[in-house]
Amino acid sequence: METLNTILEVFFNAEIAVRVFPFLLRGLGMTLLLCALVIPLGLAGGLALAWAASLERRWLRVLCVVYVDFFRAFPPLVLLIFLFFGLPFAGIDLPSIAAVGIGFFLNASSYYGEIFRAGVESVPKGQWEAARSTGLTRFQTMTAVILPQATRNVLPDLIGNTLEVAKLTSIASVVALGELLHTARLAQSLVYNPTPIVMAAMLYLALFWPVVRLLSRLEHRNIARR
Amino acid sequence: MPLTGGVVRPLLELAGLRKSYGGLDVLKGVDLAVAPGELVFVIGPSGSGKSTLLRCCNRLEEPDGGTVIVDGENILASGVDLNRVRQKIGMVFQAFNLYPHMTALGNVTLALRKVQGMARAPAEAKARDALAAVGLADKQAAYPIQLSGGQQQRVAIARALALEPKIVLFDEPTSALDPELVGSVLAVMRELKAGGMTMVVVSHELAFARDAADRVVFMDGGRIVEQGPPAAIFGSPREARTRDFVAKLAERS
Amino acid sequence: MEDGWARFVFAYLNPDVAAEWGPKIFEGAVITIELGLATIAAGLFFGMALAVLRASAPRWVGRVIVAFVDVFRAWPPLVVIIVLFYAFPYVDLPMGAFTATWLALSLVLAAFAEEIWWAGLQSVPKGQWEAARSTGLSHLQALVWVAVPQAVRMTIPPLVNRTIAIVKGTALGSVVALPEILGQATSASSLAGNPTPLTLAALAYLAIFLPVVILGRWIETRFAWKR
Repeated sequence: METLNTILEVFFNAEIAVRVFPFLLRGLGMTLLLCALVIPLGLAGGLALAWAASLERRWLRVLCVVYVDFFRAFPPLVLLIFLFFGLPFAGIDLPSIAAVGIGFFLNASSYYGEIFRAGVESVPKGQWEAARSTGLTRFQTMTAVILPQATRNVLPDLIGNTLEVAKLTSIASVVALGELLHTARLAQSLVYNPTPIVMAAMLYLALFWPVVRLLSRLEHRNIARR
Repeated sequence: MPLTGGVVRPLLELAGLRKSYGGLDVLKGVDLAVAPGELVFVIGPSGSGKSTLLRCCNRLEEPDGGTVIVDGENILASGVDLNRVRQKIGMVFQAFNLYPHMTALGNVTLALRKVQGMARAPAEAKARDALAAVGLADKQAAYPIQLSGGQQQRVAIARALALEPKIVLFDEPTSALDPELVGSVLAVMRELKAGGMTMVVVSHELAFARDAADRVVFMDGGRIVEQGPPAAIFGSPREARTRDFVAKLAERS
Repeated sequence: MEDGWARFVFAYLNPDVAAEWGPKIFEGAVITIELGLATIAAGLFFGMALAVLRASAPRWVGRVIVAFVDVFRAWPPLVVIIVLFYAFPYVDLPMGAFTATWLALSLVLAAFAEEIWWAGLQSVPKGQWEAARSTGLSHLQALVWVAVPQAVRMTIPPLVNRTIAIVKGTALGSVVALPEILGQATSASSLAGNPTPLTLAALAYLAIFLPVVILGRWIETRFAWKR
């Protein structure tokens, strides 16, 4: 009982919790704002990649594969550090939000691109032929006929990757962007107690756990359909 | 019905059409003229190039040589607006290829709105007419998965017809259907024919060919081996290959 | 133009700086590789154990496993690392940077691997189980000899991709001052006042992970699930 109280006192100190909560909420707001920035960026880049890969140009397809593999091999944190700490040496001083935006765009678009490409390939060729035979352009066929089906086919992967991108916003703390993890670490160093970090972990859980549940359900439904 | 056009200018005219895949010649110079209102029925063993022939007519396959003239326009010419031309050439596929994420009405309206730029209301009115013409007025809100194969194929026909094509190409339209569903699709095709539509049909439905086709074309090995009125091709073919194939087909059906 | 290129080389591809700090980056690479291999071994093994346990144990055990998996799929790995590294010393459980990073990444990988293995096991048709049991195999034997081999085939592509993504997280160790590649590179480039160590780090990561990504792509086409 004594130990339990001690542990609670250390990891979830109510007094500290109340004190830092508004601060953490601001960090959470920044995390959500970051998500709202980098997820659409990544999706747009991924769609552009899938479109490029669907054109029947060998060199373009090879270029897409090289791009995707390059950024899948590159740890996102290394990319971010390079953009934020490395580019100033070339006279390019990026604000941290821009470094995060560019880094996430490069990283996330490669993953999204791979998913969309697989989705587009999962749609039968006859769909292209039917649409083109009625006079739809390539682009119209892609947007009106192929993508709606492709998106449905790879929906679990899309949601899963979106979750990963959202989780990854935590690395923005390294370039001092005041998102949830950053504010928690700041608070921890001020109060000299781990409660803010534990609270941040709980907030992340509250934010992402519903998505994990949804994903799990989608994945199981996919298996049942086989 | 004139065989080679005569004084009437053909609606579809193929000359010296060639196509090969990786060194394999699928079409070795095909000449064919289809007059307005004519129903040309194409038969032949699998791999004879029938489907490729149809798919070259709207450039779903790119021909390697020859000419394709539709309604007086060389569609292989450089600079031709393929998407405009394709509206004149309806196509009906063996596997229907309906868009599974759209209702029957959505399937029909898509090209009307995107290609012809029609507003929603007139496009839907037109699509409803097209669905009614194939006997599916009550199925406009159904998704493809809720329809039988025969109904799906009729929606696909409506999708092609709504664009008011000059000619409709049928690529084995009943091959994927259960026998009891074939009749409804053939009935729609008969009505189309009666309405004066120009049609090229690749199929194995001999009975349909006998009473609806103006001309039967027998293809083998990438060439037209023999053509003539149904009675002649099925009754007294000149070529041995035609005779063999017709005998086999008759045996099967 | 000429001048700009020379300045670029001086900044990012400086041979003197590279020669001076290259050995440090190499030391970092050794740690990265050790950490990566240890994470793969522990994560995949623990994940497999959990999946097999969930397939054989009573329901409540399954629920506990699902809860574990959910939590570690929801938490960003960096958050887990920081909790382990900064929070546990307060209760006299100090953890080294290597241990904290390794444990965090292993737990995350185990969670994902469990989910993938489990999905694979579920996908084995019921008839396979019935056939195995009808020939007298026990539940465990059927699991090991019939279900697992079939599950492995379809789980390999997602497992490889997920493993690569998580092992790339070894770079997160730099946040808790683990002297792996990125950690070495950032301190080296600030000491040298030149970003060349960061370039070296980028090259080192590509040298390690690019072959793995390409291998993963090859495996994906090889093992693609044919329906």
